[in-house]
Amino acid sequence: MQALSTPSIQPAALRLAARWLLRALSLVACVAAWQWASTRQVDLGLVTFQNVPSPKDVVDAAGVLIASPKLGQHLGASIGRVFFGFAAATAIGIPLGLAIGRSRLLEDLLLPPLEMLRPIPAVAWIPLAILMFPSSEMSMVYITFIGALFPILLNTIHGVEGVDPRLVASSRSLGAGGWTIFTEVILPASAPFIVTGLSIGMGTAWFCLVTAEMISGQFGIGYYTWASYTIQNYPEIVVGMLFIGVIGMGSSVLVKKIGDLFLPWYHMQRKKR
Amino acid sequence: MNTSSVLERRLDSAAGLASSSAGHATGTGEIEIRNLSIRLGEGRQAFEAVQEISLSIAPGEFICVLGPSGCGKSTLLGALAGHWQPSGGTIRLDGQPIAGPHPDRGLVFQQHTLFPWKKVLDNVAFGLKMKGVGRSERHTQARELLELVGLAGFEDRYPVQLSGGMQQRVEIARVLINNPRVMLMDEPFGALDAQTRLKMQELLLEVWARVKTTIMFITHDIDEALFLADRILVMSPRPGRIIEEIRLDFARPRHPDLMTSPHFTQLKRHCLALLHPTSNLVPLERLSPLGPPPFDHKNFAV
Repeated sequence: MQALSTPSIQPAALRLAARWLLRALSLVACVAAWQWASTRQVDLGLVTFQNVPSPKDVVDAAGVLIASPKLGQHLGASIGRVFFGFAAATAIGIPLGLAIGRSRLLEDLLLPPLEMLRPIPAVAWIPLAILMFPSSEMSMVYITFIGALFPILLNTIHGVEGVDPRLVASSRSLGAGGWTIFTEVILPASAPFIVTGLSIGMGTAWFCLVTAEMISGQFGIGYYTWASYTIQNYPEIVVGMLFIGVIGMGSSVLVKKIGDLFLPWYHMQRKKR
Repeated sequence: MNTSSVLERRLDSAAGLASSSAGHATGTGEIEIRNLSIRLGEGRQAFEAVQEISLSIAPGEFICVLGPSGCGKSTLLGALAGHWQPSGGTIRLDGQPIAGPHPDRGLVFQQHTLFPWKKVLDNVAFGLKMKGVGRSERHTQARELLELVGLAGFEDRYPVQLSGGMQQRVEIARVLINNPRVMLMDEPFGALDAQTRLKMQELLLEVWARVKTTIMFITHDIDEALFLADRILVMSPRPGRIIEEIRLDFARPRHPDLMTSPHFTQLKRHCLALLHPTSNLVPLERLSPLGPPPFDHKNFAV
C-alpha cells in the first residue's frame, strides 16, 4: 500500500528490487539449511553431514585465514600460476585456432591429436606433468594451461568457421585479399567467440588449480585446500573452495567485461534480436 | 551544389588515375559477354545455370535483368563480379578478360554485407583503406559519399543501428568510393518495404545520373526494372538464357508518375506475359445468371 501511494517509485524498479530480494533470500535459505544440517549432523543414509563443517566454522576459519599473512602468499602463488597458464593458453590457442579454422590442411593435420588430448582430465596429467617438466612450478602451470587451452582453441575455431562467407566475398570485391581478409574480416568477425573462449578458459584454469597444486608446493589456494584435507582441517577445505569459486568466477567475468569493451557492435546486435 | 562540385572533383581525379595508369580506354564500363555458360555444383549434381549468353553493354548503361527465381541471373552477376569461373565463353570489361573480384566491379546484395564491427564511416572508407589511402583522406572522401546518399550525420553509427534502407545506402556508398566502372546489384531493394524501395530507386537514379557508371541490376520486380533501366534483359527459367531484350526510352530524369502511364502499363503487361506464360490462360468469367463459379471450380478450370 505504501509503495502504491508514493508515485515516485516506478513499478518496474519495484519489480526488479523484488527479484533481487528473492535471489538474496534463496542464498540465505541455502546457508540456513546447511547450518541446520551440519549442526544437527543429519544422516540421510546416502549422504551424511556428520563431518561437514557448519557455516559458522567456515566463517571463523575464513576470518583466521584473512587475518593471517599467509593469505597473500597463497593467493599470489595461485594467481601467478593461473595467469601464466592462461597467458600461454591464449598465446597458443588463439593462433592455432585461427590457423585450423582457416585452413583445411591444418585442420586435418592438427585437430585429430588435439581432439585426442581434449577429454583427458587435468588429474590424469599429474604424473606426466611431473615427468615432463624439470620444476614443479612449471608442471603446475602446465596443468592450468591444459585446462584453459581447449575452450580457447575450440571457440576460436568455431568463430573462424562461422564467418559469413558473404562478408568475405564482399571484402574481396572491395579490394581485400589474403592477409587483409584475415585482419579486416576473419579476425574481427570471430572476436566475440574468442572472448567467450577466453572467459571460459579463465574459469577452467581456476577449475584445474587444486589439481595442479596437489603436485607440490607450500603456497597456493589449491594447495591450502588440499593440505587442509590431509591434516583434517575440515572448515578450511570449504574456505579454500569458496575462495577458488569466487576468484575464478570474478576473473572469468573480468575477462569477459574487458573483451566486451572492444566489441560494442556485438552487444548492440544482440540487444536488437 | 556543394556535393556536385565535390563529386566532379572525385570523377576528375578518377579519370586522371585511369589515364595515368595507362591502357584504360577513355569510355570505361563497357561489357562484352560472348557465349557465356556457367556450370555449378559438382559431379552428378552439376547443372548449367547459365547457357550461351551473349550481350554487349555500353559504358554508363543501366541494365536490368528480369527473370523468375532460380533462372541464373545471380550466377550471371557472380561471374561478372569474378566469383564464378565461366565453363565456356568469355566476359570482357573494357576489353580485359575478368579474372577474379576487383574493386572496379562493385557488388551490392539484397541483404547488406556491411562489416558489423565497423562504424558507417569506416565501412564506406574500406575500399580506400585497401588501396592504402591515409586515414584522414579516406574519411574525407567517405563523408562526401555519405552526403551523396543522404546519410550525412550517421558516420559514427554501427550498421545494426540503421534501418534496412539506410544500410543499403551505406552499401552503395561503400561500392561507389572505389569509382567502379560497373555496379553489380543483386536485388538490392528486394528486402525493403514498398515505400522505402521506391525512395531507394529514385535515389539510385539520382546517384547514377551523377557518377554515370555502368549498372547491371537484377530484380524480379517488373515495375522496378521498367522504372530504372535503359534496357531490360528478360531471362528464361533454368538453364538461364536471354529470351527478350526491351529498350526503354522513357525520358530521364524519371518520376514515379511514370509508373501509371499507359506505355509503362503496356510494357508491364508484356513483361508479365513473358515471365508467367500461364497467366494468359486464366479463363474469363462465364456470364451466368448464377454469378461466377466457386473458387475451386475456377482452379480446376485453370
